[in-house]
Amino acid sequence: MNQFEYVRPASVADAIAAAAAPGATYLASGTNLLDLMKGGIMRPARLVDVSRLPGLDRIERLDNGDVRIGALVRNADLAHDLDFARSHPAISEALLSGASAQLRNAATVGGNLLQRTRCSYFYDTASACNKRAPGSGCDARGGDNRLHAVLGWSEGCIATHPSDLCVPLAAFDAIAEIEGRHGRREVAVEALHRLPGATPERDSTLEPGELIVAVRLPAAARGFASHARYLKLRERTSYAFAVVSAAAGLVIDGGTIKEARLALGGIAAKPWRAREAEAALAGARAAPAVFRRAAEAALAEAKPSGANGFKIELAQRIILRALTLAAAGTPDRMPALPASPFSSPAGATQ
Amino acid sequence: MNLPIRLTVNGELRDVVLDDPRVTLLDLLRERLQLTGTKKGCDRGQCGACTVLVDGRRVNSCLALAASHDGADILTIEGVAQGGELHPVQAAFIAHDGCQCGYCTPGQIMSAIGLIAEGHAGDDPERIREGMSGNLCRCGAYVGIIEAVREAQKNLAAIKTERAA
Repeated sequence: MNQFEYVRPASVADAIAAAAAPGATYLASGTNLLDLMKGGIMRPARLVDVSRLPGLDRIERLDNGDVRIGALVRNADLAHDLDFARSHPAISEALLSGASAQLRNAATVGGNLLQRTRCSYFYDTASACNKRAPGSGCDARGGDNRLHAVLGWSEGCIATHPSDLCVPLAAFDAIAEIEGRHGRREVAVEALHRLPGATPERDSTLEPGELIVAVRLPAAARGFASHARYLKLRERTSYAFAVVSAAAGLVIDGGTIKEARLALGGIAAKPWRAREAEAALAGARAAPAVFRRAAEAALAEAKPSGANGFKIELAQRIILRALTLAAAGTPDRMPALPASPFSSPAGATQ
Repeated sequence: MNLPIRLTVNGELRDVVLDDPRVTLLDLLRERLQLTGTKKGCDRGQCGACTVLVDGRRVNSCLALAASHDGADILTIEGVAQGGELHPVQAAFIAHDGCQCGYCTPGQIMSAIGLIAEGHAGDDPERIREGMSGNLCRCGAYVGIIEAVREAQKNLAAIKTERAA
Protein backbone atom coordinates (compact mmCIF):
# COMPACT_ATOMS: atom_id res chain seq x y z
CA MET A 1 0.00 0.00 0.00
CA ASN A 2 1.32 3.46 -0.87
CA GLN A 3 1.92 6.06 1.80
CA PHE A 4 -0.92 8.56 2.12
CA GLU A 5 -2.13 11.40 4.23
CA TYR A 6 -5.10 10.55 6.45
CA VAL A 7 -7.64 13.21 7.33
CA ARG A 8 -10.94 12.88 9.17
CA PRO A 9 -13.13 15.92 8.58
CA ALA A 10 -16.01 16.69 10.93
CA SER A 11 -18.62 17.77 8.39
CA VAL A 12 -19.66 17.24 4.78
CA ALA A 13 -18.44 20.76 3.93
CA ASP A 14 -15.02 20.06 5.49
CA ALA A 15 -14.85 16.73 3.66
CA ILE A 16 -15.52 18.35 0.30
CA ALA A 17 -12.87 20.99 1.01
CA ALA A 18 -10.37 18.28 2.04
CA ALA A 19 -11.10 16.27 -1.11
CA ALA A 20 -10.15 19.21 -3.34
CA ALA A 21 -6.47 18.30 -2.88
CA PRO A 22 -4.87 16.50 -5.83
CA GLY A 23 -4.96 12.71 -5.48
CA ALA A 24 -7.55 12.79 -2.70
CA THR A 25 -10.07 9.95 -2.38
CA TYR A 26 -12.97 9.50 0.01
CA LEU A 27 -12.76 6.56 2.41
CA ALA A 28 -15.99 5.13 3.82
CA SER A 29 -15.62 1.66 5.36
CA GLY A 30 -12.86 0.75 2.90
CA THR A 31 -14.00 -2.78 2.03
CA ASN A 32 -13.18 -2.16 -1.64
CA LEU A 33 -10.76 0.79 -1.46
CA LEU A 34 -8.33 -0.80 1.01
CA ASP A 35 -8.32 -3.98 -1.07
CA LEU A 36 -7.49 -1.91 -4.17
CA MET A 37 -4.77 -0.03 -2.29
CA LYS A 38 -3.21 -3.26 -1.00
CA GLY A 39 -3.01 -4.43 -4.60
CA GLY A 40 -1.48 -1.17 -5.79
CA ILE A 41 -4.44 -0.58 -8.13
CA MET A 42 -5.39 2.66 -6.41
CA ARG A 43 -2.72 4.91 -4.91
CA PRO A 44 -4.45 7.92 -3.37
CA ALA A 45 -2.22 10.66 -1.96
CA ARG A 46 -4.82 11.59 0.64
CA LEU A 47 -7.65 9.62 2.24
CA VAL A 48 -10.56 11.73 3.38
CA ASP A 49 -12.28 9.52 5.96
CA VAL A 50 -16.01 10.20 5.72
CA SER A 51 -17.01 7.08 7.66
CA ARG A 52 -18.18 9.02 10.69
CA LEU A 53 -19.69 12.13 9.19
CA PRO A 54 -22.76 12.92 11.29
CA GLY A 55 -26.28 12.50 9.96
CA LEU A 56 -25.53 10.22 7.00
CA ASP A 57 -26.40 6.93 8.69
CA ARG A 58 -30.18 7.23 8.81
CA ILE A 59 -33.04 5.64 6.88
CA GLU A 60 -35.78 8.26 6.67
CA ARG A 61 -39.35 8.00 5.45
CA LEU A 62 -40.20 11.36 3.96
CA ASP A 63 -43.66 12.93 4.04
CA ASN A 64 -44.12 12.41 0.30
CA GLY A 65 -43.57 8.66 0.65
CA ASP A 66 -39.97 8.64 -0.56
CA VAL A 67 -37.37 6.71 1.43
CA ARG A 68 -34.06 8.48 1.93
CA ILE A 69 -31.08 6.29 2.77
CA GLY A 70 -28.00 8.04 4.14
CA ALA A 71 -24.83 7.17 2.24
CA LEU A 72 -23.24 5.73 5.38
CA VAL A 73 -26.06 3.30 6.18
CA ARG A 74 -24.44 -0.13 6.29
CA ASN A 75 -25.64 -2.70 3.77
CA ALA A 76 -26.68 -5.14 6.52
CA ASP A 77 -28.64 -2.48 8.41
CA LEU A 78 -30.58 -1.48 5.32
CA ALA A 79 -31.29 -5.07 4.30
CA HIS A 80 -32.57 -6.02 7.76
CA ASP A 81 -34.57 -2.85 8.43
CA LEU A 82 -38.04 -4.36 8.79
CA ASP A 83 -39.98 -1.49 7.23
CA PHE A 84 -37.53 -1.20 4.36
CA ALA A 85 -37.45 -4.94 3.67
CA ARG A 86 -41.24 -4.92 3.51
CA SER A 87 -41.51 -1.94 1.19
CA HIS A 88 -38.44 -2.74 -0.99
CA PRO A 89 -37.97 -6.51 -0.81
CA ALA A 90 -35.92 -6.86 -4.02
CA ILE A 91 -33.40 -4.35 -2.70
CA SER A 92 -33.06 -6.25 0.59
CA GLU A 93 -32.66 -9.49 -1.33
CA ALA A 94 -29.97 -7.97 -3.57
CA LEU A 95 -28.09 -6.65 -0.55
CA LEU A 96 -28.20 -10.01 1.22
CA SER A 97 -26.98 -11.81 -1.90
CA GLY A 98 -23.83 -9.69 -2.01
CA ALA A 99 -20.45 -10.38 -0.37
CA SER A 100 -20.35 -11.95 3.10
CA ALA A 101 -22.03 -11.06 6.39
CA GLN A 102 -18.79 -9.44 7.62
CA LEU A 103 -18.53 -7.24 4.53
CA ARG A 104 -22.22 -6.32 4.61
CA ASN A 105 -21.80 -5.22 8.24
CA ALA A 106 -19.06 -2.81 7.19
CA ALA A 107 -19.89 -1.77 3.63
CA THR A 108 -21.89 1.41 3.10
CA VAL A 109 -24.60 2.22 0.58
CA GLY A 110 -22.61 5.11 -0.89
CA GLY A 111 -19.49 2.98 -1.13
CA ASN A 112 -21.39 0.18 -2.81
CA LEU A 113 -22.41 2.52 -5.62
CA LEU A 114 -18.80 3.54 -6.23
CA GLN A 115 -17.07 0.17 -5.97
CA ARG A 116 -14.76 -0.68 -8.84
CA THR A 117 -15.01 -3.54 -11.30
CA ARG A 118 -13.66 -6.96 -10.28
CA CYS A 119 -12.19 -7.58 -13.76
CA SER A 120 -9.09 -9.63 -12.96
CA TYR A 121 -7.00 -7.64 -15.46
CA PHE A 122 -7.96 -4.41 -13.69
CA TYR A 123 -6.74 -6.02 -10.45
CA ASP A 124 -3.51 -7.38 -11.95
CA THR A 125 -1.06 -4.48 -12.20
CA ALA A 126 1.12 -6.51 -14.61
CA SER A 127 -1.73 -6.57 -17.17
CA ALA A 128 -2.72 -3.91 -19.67
CA CYS A 129 -5.91 -2.18 -18.53
CA ASN A 130 -7.37 1.03 -19.89
CA LYS A 131 -9.46 1.53 -16.77
CA ARG A 132 -6.45 1.35 -14.42
CA ALA A 133 -3.83 2.81 -16.77
CA PRO A 134 -5.51 4.76 -19.60
CA GLY A 135 -4.01 3.98 -22.99
CA SER A 136 -2.28 0.79 -21.89
CA GLY A 137 -4.69 -1.52 -23.71
CA CYS A 138 -7.05 -4.25 -22.55
CA ASP A 139 -5.70 -7.70 -21.78
CA ALA A 140 -9.23 -8.91 -21.08
CA ARG A 141 -9.83 -8.83 -24.84
CA GLY A 142 -8.39 -12.15 -25.96
CA GLY A 143 -7.84 -13.15 -22.32
CA ASP A 144 -10.01 -15.02 -19.85
CA ASN A 145 -13.18 -13.06 -20.53
CA ARG A 146 -16.06 -15.44 -20.00
CA LEU A 147 -17.46 -13.22 -17.21
CA HIS A 148 -17.15 -9.92 -19.05
CA ALA A 149 -19.71 -7.55 -20.56
CA VAL A 150 -22.16 -8.38 -23.33
CA LEU A 151 -23.90 -4.99 -23.42
CA GLY A 152 -22.50 -1.48 -23.74
CA TRP A 153 -18.84 -2.49 -23.89
CA SER A 154 -16.21 -0.82 -26.05
CA GLU A 155 -13.04 -1.96 -27.77
CA GLY A 156 -11.13 -0.33 -24.90
CA CYS A 157 -12.92 -1.98 -21.96
CA ILE A 158 -15.22 -4.95 -21.44
CA ALA A 159 -15.41 -4.83 -17.63
CA THR A 160 -18.69 -5.14 -15.71
CA HIS A 161 -20.02 -3.27 -12.70
CA PRO A 162 -20.11 -5.72 -9.79
CA SER A 163 -22.80 -4.24 -7.53
CA ASP A 164 -25.95 -6.18 -6.66
CA LEU A 165 -27.57 -3.27 -4.84
CA CYS A 166 -27.32 -0.98 -7.87
CA VAL A 167 -29.41 -3.33 -10.01
CA PRO A 168 -32.73 -2.91 -8.15
CA LEU A 169 -31.83 0.73 -7.42
CA ALA A 170 -31.69 1.32 -11.17
CA ALA A 171 -34.88 -0.68 -11.71
CA PHE A 172 -36.85 1.32 -9.13
CA ASP A 173 -35.68 4.80 -10.21
CA ALA A 174 -33.46 5.53 -7.21
CA ILE A 175 -31.79 8.92 -7.11
CA ALA A 176 -28.32 9.70 -5.76
CA GLU A 177 -28.02 12.94 -3.78
CA ILE A 178 -24.61 14.46 -4.37
CA GLU A 179 -22.72 17.31 -2.73
CA GLY A 180 -19.72 19.04 -4.21
CA ARG A 181 -17.84 22.30 -4.40
CA HIS A 182 -20.60 23.77 -6.53
CA GLY A 183 -23.43 22.75 -4.25
CA ARG A 184 -25.96 19.97 -4.26
CA ARG A 185 -27.30 18.04 -7.22
CA GLU A 186 -29.20 14.86 -7.91
CA VAL A 187 -28.69 12.16 -10.50
CA ALA A 188 -30.65 8.99 -11.21
CA VAL A 189 -28.66 5.93 -10.14
CA GLU A 190 -29.27 4.65 -13.65
CA ALA A 191 -27.28 7.64 -14.96
CA LEU A 192 -24.60 7.59 -12.26
CA HIS A 193 -22.45 4.92 -13.88
CA ARG A 194 -20.91 5.33 -17.33
CA LEU A 195 -20.39 3.03 -20.23
CA PRO A 196 -16.67 2.83 -21.04
CA GLY A 197 -16.52 4.32 -24.54
CA ALA A 198 -13.07 5.81 -25.07
CA THR A 199 -12.64 6.77 -21.38
CA PRO A 200 -13.09 3.62 -19.30
CA GLU A 201 -11.02 5.14 -16.49
CA ARG A 202 -14.12 7.11 -15.52
CA ASP A 203 -16.59 4.74 -13.83
CA SER A 204 -19.19 7.34 -12.99
CA THR A 205 -20.51 10.75 -13.91
CA LEU A 206 -19.37 12.19 -10.57
CA GLU A 207 -17.04 15.16 -10.84
CA PRO A 208 -13.78 15.08 -8.85
CA GLY A 209 -14.45 15.81 -5.18
CA GLU A 210 -18.18 15.12 -5.34
CA LEU A 211 -19.62 13.06 -2.50
CA ILE A 212 -22.75 10.93 -2.53
CA VAL A 213 -24.63 11.82 0.66
CA ALA A 214 -27.83 9.81 0.20
CA VAL A 215 -29.84 7.55 -2.08
CA ARG A 216 -33.55 8.26 -2.40
CA LEU A 217 -36.24 5.87 -3.53
CA PRO A 218 -39.34 7.52 -4.90
CA ALA A 219 -42.66 6.59 -3.30
CA ALA A 220 -43.70 4.76 -6.48
CA ALA A 221 -41.09 2.06 -5.79
CA ARG A 222 -43.30 0.74 -2.98
CA GLY A 223 -45.99 -0.13 -5.52
CA PHE A 224 -43.97 -3.17 -6.61
CA ALA A 225 -43.48 -4.59 -3.10
CA SER A 226 -45.81 -7.56 -3.48
CA HIS A 227 -44.21 -8.72 -6.77
CA ALA A 228 -40.50 -7.99 -6.54
CA ARG A 229 -37.45 -10.26 -6.71
CA TYR A 230 -33.73 -10.13 -7.27
CA LEU A 231 -32.18 -13.21 -8.81
CA LYS A 232 -28.47 -13.80 -9.23
CA LEU A 233 -26.55 -16.60 -10.84
CA ARG A 234 -23.10 -17.13 -9.32
CA GLU A 235 -20.32 -19.63 -9.77
CA ARG A 236 -20.90 -20.63 -6.14
CA THR A 237 -24.13 -20.21 -4.22
CA SER A 238 -22.84 -17.65 -1.72
CA TYR A 239 -20.15 -14.99 -1.45
CA ALA A 240 -19.58 -14.51 -5.16
CA PHE A 241 -20.23 -11.81 -7.72
CA ALA A 242 -22.99 -12.23 -10.27
CA VAL A 243 -22.36 -13.93 -13.58
CA VAL A 244 -25.74 -12.46 -14.48
CA SER A 245 -28.49 -11.06 -12.26
CA ALA A 246 -31.91 -9.47 -12.62
CA ALA A 247 -34.14 -7.27 -10.49
CA ALA A 248 -37.80 -7.54 -11.42
CA GLY A 249 -40.85 -5.72 -10.11
CA LEU A 250 -44.42 -6.02 -11.34
CA VAL A 251 -47.74 -4.41 -10.61
CA ILE A 252 -50.35 -7.03 -11.50
CA ASP A 253 -54.10 -6.51 -11.61
CA GLY A 254 -56.33 -9.44 -12.47
CA GLY A 255 -53.52 -11.28 -14.26
CA THR A 256 -52.54 -8.23 -16.32
CA ILE A 257 -49.25 -6.42 -15.81
CA LYS A 258 -49.98 -2.75 -15.17
CA GLU A 259 -46.35 -1.74 -14.77
CA ALA A 260 -43.00 -3.49 -14.88
CA ARG A 261 -39.45 -2.70 -13.77
CA LEU A 262 -36.47 -4.71 -14.90
CA ALA A 263 -32.72 -4.21 -14.58
CA LEU A 264 -29.76 -6.51 -15.12
CA GLY A 265 -26.44 -6.95 -13.37
CA GLY A 266 -23.16 -8.57 -14.34
CA ILE A 267 -23.53 -7.83 -18.04
CA ALA A 268 -22.34 -4.23 -18.51
CA ALA A 269 -20.20 -1.49 -16.98
CA LYS A 270 -23.36 -0.15 -15.35
CA PRO A 271 -26.53 -1.60 -13.88
CA TRP A 272 -28.60 -2.13 -17.02
CA ARG A 273 -32.16 -0.86 -17.02
CA ALA A 274 -34.13 -2.91 -19.56
CA ARG A 275 -36.73 -0.40 -20.72
CA GLU A 276 -37.58 -2.26 -23.93
CA ALA A 277 -38.49 -5.27 -21.81
CA GLU A 278 -40.56 -3.12 -19.46
CA ALA A 279 -42.49 -1.78 -22.44
CA ALA A 280 -43.10 -5.31 -23.70
CA LEU A 281 -44.49 -6.31 -20.30
CA ALA A 282 -46.76 -3.33 -19.62
CA GLY A 283 -50.37 -4.14 -20.43
CA ALA A 284 -49.63 -7.80 -21.22
CA ARG A 285 -50.72 -10.93 -19.37
CA ALA A 286 -48.36 -12.20 -16.67
CA ALA A 287 -47.56 -15.34 -18.65
CA PRO A 288 -44.42 -17.27 -19.70
CA ALA A 289 -44.63 -16.32 -23.40
CA VAL A 290 -44.77 -12.63 -22.44
CA PHE A 291 -41.84 -12.99 -20.05
CA ARG A 292 -39.85 -14.72 -22.77
CA ARG A 293 -40.52 -11.90 -25.23
CA ALA A 294 -39.43 -9.38 -22.61
CA ALA A 295 -36.21 -11.33 -21.98
CA GLU A 296 -35.45 -11.35 -25.71
CA ALA A 297 -36.11 -7.61 -25.92
CA ALA A 298 -33.74 -6.93 -23.01
CA LEU A 299 -30.83 -8.69 -24.71
CA ALA A 300 -31.64 -7.71 -28.30
CA GLU A 301 -28.54 -5.50 -28.60
CA ALA A 302 -26.19 -7.85 -26.74
CA LYS A 303 -23.05 -9.19 -28.33
CA PRO A 304 -20.19 -11.24 -26.90
CA SER A 305 -16.98 -9.41 -26.00
CA GLY A 306 -15.07 -12.69 -25.91
CA ALA A 307 -15.83 -16.23 -24.81
CA ASN A 308 -18.97 -15.02 -23.07
CA GLY A 309 -21.77 -15.49 -25.59
CA PHE A 310 -23.36 -17.90 -23.12
CA LYS A 311 -24.18 -14.96 -20.86
CA ILE A 312 -26.69 -13.66 -23.40
CA GLU A 313 -28.76 -16.82 -23.15
CA LEU A 314 -28.15 -17.05 -19.41
CA ALA A 315 -29.32 -13.47 -18.84
CA GLN A 316 -32.54 -14.21 -20.73
CA ARG A 317 -33.17 -17.26 -18.57
CA ILE A 318 -32.51 -15.30 -15.39
CA ILE A 319 -34.96 -12.64 -16.56
CA LEU A 320 -37.58 -15.28 -17.32
CA ARG A 321 -37.09 -16.85 -13.90
CA ALA A 322 -37.04 -13.50 -12.08
CA LEU A 323 -40.28 -12.41 -13.76
CA THR A 324 -41.91 -15.78 -13.06
CA LEU A 325 -40.95 -15.57 -9.38
CA ALA A 326 -41.97 -11.91 -9.11
CA ALA A 327 -45.36 -12.73 -10.64
CA ALA A 328 -45.78 -15.58 -8.13
CA GLY A 329 -45.38 -13.02 -5.35
CA THR A 330 -42.69 -11.77 -2.99
CA PRO A 331 -41.99 -14.48 -0.40
CA ASP A 332 -43.18 -13.77 3.16
CA ARG A 333 -39.72 -14.42 4.50
CA MET A 334 -36.33 -13.76 2.93
CA PRO A 335 -35.21 -17.01 1.28
CA ALA A 336 -32.47 -18.90 3.14
CA LEU A 337 -30.26 -18.37 0.09
CA PRO A 338 -31.13 -14.83 -1.01
CA ALA A 339 -31.42 -14.36 -4.78
CA SER A 340 -30.38 -17.93 -5.47
CA PRO A 341 -32.19 -19.67 -8.34
CA PHE A 342 -31.50 -22.89 -6.44
CA SER A 343 -33.93 -22.06 -3.65
CA SER A 344 -36.90 -21.37 -5.89
CA PRO A 345 -40.25 -22.91 -5.06
CA ALA A 346 -41.58 -25.69 -7.24
CA GLY A 347 -43.28 -24.52 -10.43
CA ALA A 348 -40.65 -21.95 -11.35
CA THR A 349 -38.34 -24.14 -13.34
CA GLN A 350 -38.41 -22.53 -16.78
CA MET B 1 2.67 11.60 11.35
CA ASN B 2 1.48 10.48 14.74
CA LEU B 3 -2.16 9.69 15.19
CA PRO B 4 -3.36 8.94 18.72
CA ILE B 5 -6.36 6.64 19.00
CA ARG B 6 -8.14 5.07 21.95
CA LEU B 7 -10.00 1.77 21.68
CA THR B 8 -11.58 -0.70 24.02
CA VAL B 9 -10.15 -4.13 23.29
CA ASN B 10 -11.68 -7.07 25.13
CA GLY B 11 -13.00 -4.70 27.78
CA GLU B 12 -9.73 -2.86 28.37
CA LEU B 13 -9.05 0.71 27.30
CA ARG B 14 -6.00 0.86 25.04
CA ASP B 15 -4.26 4.05 23.97
CA VAL B 16 -2.20 3.70 20.82
CA VAL B 17 -0.23 6.23 18.83
CA LEU B 18 -0.20 5.23 15.17
CA ASP B 19 3.01 6.28 13.45
CA ASP B 20 1.62 5.21 10.08
CA PRO B 21 -1.97 5.63 8.83
CA ARG B 22 -1.74 2.39 6.82
CA VAL B 23 -2.05 0.17 9.90
CA THR B 24 -5.13 -2.02 9.62
CA LEU B 25 -7.17 -3.05 12.61
CA LEU B 26 -5.79 -6.57 12.08
CA ASP B 27 -2.17 -5.44 12.18
CA LEU B 28 -2.88 -3.23 15.18
CA LEU B 29 -4.23 -6.22 17.11
CA ARG B 30 -1.51 -8.66 16.08
CA GLU B 31 1.62 -6.56 15.77
CA ARG B 32 1.08 -3.73 18.23
CA LEU B 33 -1.18 -5.20 20.92
CA GLN B 34 0.25 -8.73 20.64
CA LEU B 35 -3.21 -10.25 20.32
CA THR B 36 -2.24 -12.90 17.78
CA GLY B 37 -5.38 -15.00 18.15
CA THR B 38 -6.91 -13.06 15.26
CA LYS B 39 -5.38 -14.57 12.13
CA LYS B 40 -4.17 -13.08 8.88
CA GLY B 41 -5.23 -15.38 6.05
CA CYS B 42 -5.68 -13.63 2.73
CA ASP B 43 -5.45 -10.05 4.09
CA ARG B 44 -7.93 -9.07 1.35
CA GLY B 45 -11.36 -9.73 2.84
CA GLN B 46 -11.88 -13.08 1.18
CA CYS B 47 -11.26 -15.68 3.88
CA GLY B 48 -12.68 -14.35 7.16
CA ALA B 49 -9.76 -15.55 9.34
CA CYS B 50 -9.38 -11.98 10.67
CA THR B 51 -13.02 -11.67 11.83
CA VAL B 52 -13.50 -9.65 15.02
CA LEU B 53 -16.49 -7.86 16.54
CA VAL B 54 -16.46 -4.07 16.23
CA ASP B 55 -19.15 -2.47 18.41
CA GLY B 56 -20.79 -5.90 18.50
CA ARG B 57 -20.74 -6.51 14.74
CA ARG B 58 -18.55 -9.03 12.94
CA VAL B 59 -16.23 -7.47 10.37
CA ASN B 60 -13.03 -8.32 8.49
CA SER B 61 -10.29 -6.54 10.46
CA CYS B 62 -7.94 -6.72 7.45
CA LEU B 63 -10.14 -4.31 5.49
CA ALA B 64 -10.49 -1.76 8.28
CA LEU B 65 -8.05 1.05 8.98
CA ALA B 66 -7.12 1.30 12.66
CA ALA B 67 -7.22 5.09 12.32
CA SER B 68 -10.92 4.92 11.42
CA HIS B 69 -11.66 3.02 14.64
CA ASP B 70 -10.82 5.61 17.27
CA GLY B 71 -13.28 5.02 20.10
CA ALA B 72 -14.44 1.60 18.88
CA ASP B 73 -15.18 -1.39 21.10
CA ILE B 74 -13.32 -4.45 19.78
CA LEU B 75 -13.85 -8.06 20.82
CA THR B 76 -11.33 -10.67 19.71
CA ILE B 77 -11.04 -14.39 20.32
CA GLU B 78 -8.87 -13.66 23.39
CA GLY B 79 -11.80 -11.88 25.02
CA VAL B 80 -14.68 -14.32 24.61
CA ALA B 81 -14.01 -16.80 27.45
CA GLN B 82 -15.24 -15.70 30.88
CA GLY B 83 -12.57 -16.42 33.48
CA GLY B 84 -11.73 -20.08 33.07
CA GLU B 85 -14.96 -20.87 31.26
CA LEU B 86 -15.11 -21.24 27.50
CA HIS B 87 -17.68 -19.27 25.53
CA PRO B 88 -20.56 -21.56 24.47
CA VAL B 89 -19.43 -21.23 20.84
CA GLN B 90 -15.89 -22.30 21.74
CA ALA B 91 -17.25 -25.28 23.71
CA ALA B 92 -19.48 -26.29 20.80
CA PHE B 93 -16.58 -26.15 18.32
CA ILE B 94 -14.69 -28.61 20.54
CA ALA B 95 -17.73 -30.85 21.08
CA HIS B 96 -18.47 -31.05 17.32
CA ASP B 97 -14.87 -31.11 16.12
CA GLY B 98 -15.30 -27.86 14.18
CA CYS B 99 -11.55 -27.52 13.71
CA GLN B 100 -8.81 -29.30 11.85
CA CYS B 101 -5.60 -27.28 11.45
CA GLY B 102 -7.21 -24.54 13.54
CA TYR B 103 -6.00 -21.53 11.57
CA CYS B 104 -9.48 -20.35 10.54
CA THR B 105 -11.00 -21.27 13.91
CA PRO B 106 -10.73 -17.89 15.73
CA GLY B 107 -12.40 -16.19 12.76
CA GLN B 108 -15.04 -18.92 12.55
CA ILE B 109 -15.85 -18.55 16.24
CA MET B 110 -16.02 -14.74 16.14
CA SER B 111 -18.19 -14.95 13.03
CA ALA B 112 -20.48 -17.50 14.71
CA ILE B 113 -20.82 -15.27 17.79
CA GLY B 114 -21.77 -12.41 15.45
CA LEU B 115 -24.18 -14.57 13.46
CA ILE B 116 -25.99 -15.79 16.58
CA ALA B 117 -26.26 -12.24 17.94
CA GLU B 118 -27.73 -11.06 14.62
CA GLY B 119 -30.51 -13.58 15.15
CA HIS B 120 -31.53 -14.17 11.53
CA ALA B 121 -30.41 -17.78 11.07
CA GLY B 122 -31.92 -19.62 14.05
CA ASP B 123 -30.90 -23.26 13.88
CA ASP B 124 -31.70 -23.66 10.17
CA PRO B 125 -28.56 -25.30 8.72
CA GLU B 126 -29.04 -23.64 5.33
CA ARG B 127 -29.30 -20.16 6.86
CA ILE B 128 -26.26 -20.90 9.05
CA ARG B 129 -24.24 -22.04 6.03
CA GLU B 130 -25.23 -18.90 4.17
CA GLY B 131 -24.49 -16.72 7.20
CA MET B 132 -21.06 -18.31 7.69
CA SER B 133 -20.06 -18.13 4.01
CA GLY B 134 -17.56 -15.36 4.72
CA ASN B 135 -15.35 -17.81 6.63
CA LEU B 136 -13.39 -20.27 4.55
CA CYS B 137 -11.96 -23.48 6.02
CA ARG B 138 -9.39 -24.96 3.69
CA CYS B 139 -9.38 -28.22 5.68
CA GLY B 140 -13.08 -28.50 4.92
CA ALA B 141 -14.35 -28.89 8.49
CA TYR B 142 -17.66 -27.30 7.51
CA VAL B 143 -19.91 -30.12 8.68
CA GLY B 144 -18.56 -29.89 12.23
CA ILE B 145 -18.60 -26.09 12.11
CA ILE B 146 -22.28 -25.92 11.14
CA GLU B 147 -23.20 -28.46 13.83
CA ALA B 148 -21.22 -26.45 16.38
CA VAL B 149 -22.98 -23.22 15.43
CA ARG B 150 -26.39 -24.92 15.65
CA GLU B 151 -25.68 -26.28 19.10
CA ALA B 152 -24.17 -23.02 20.35
CA GLN B 153 -27.20 -21.14 19.05
CA LYS B 154 -29.53 -23.45 21.00
CA ASN B 155 -27.41 -23.23 24.15
CA LEU B 156 -27.21 -19.45 23.99
CA ALA B 157 -30.98 -19.21 23.38
CA ALA B 158 -31.56 -21.43 26.43
CA ILE B 159 -29.26 -19.26 28.57
CA LYS B 160 -31.13 -16.16 27.39
CA THR B 161 -34.51 -17.72 28.27
CA GLU B 162 -33.17 -18.77 31.67
CA ARG B 163 -31.96 -15.23 32.39
CA ALA B 164 -35.25 -13.72 31.28
CA ALA B 165 -37.21 -16.05 33.60
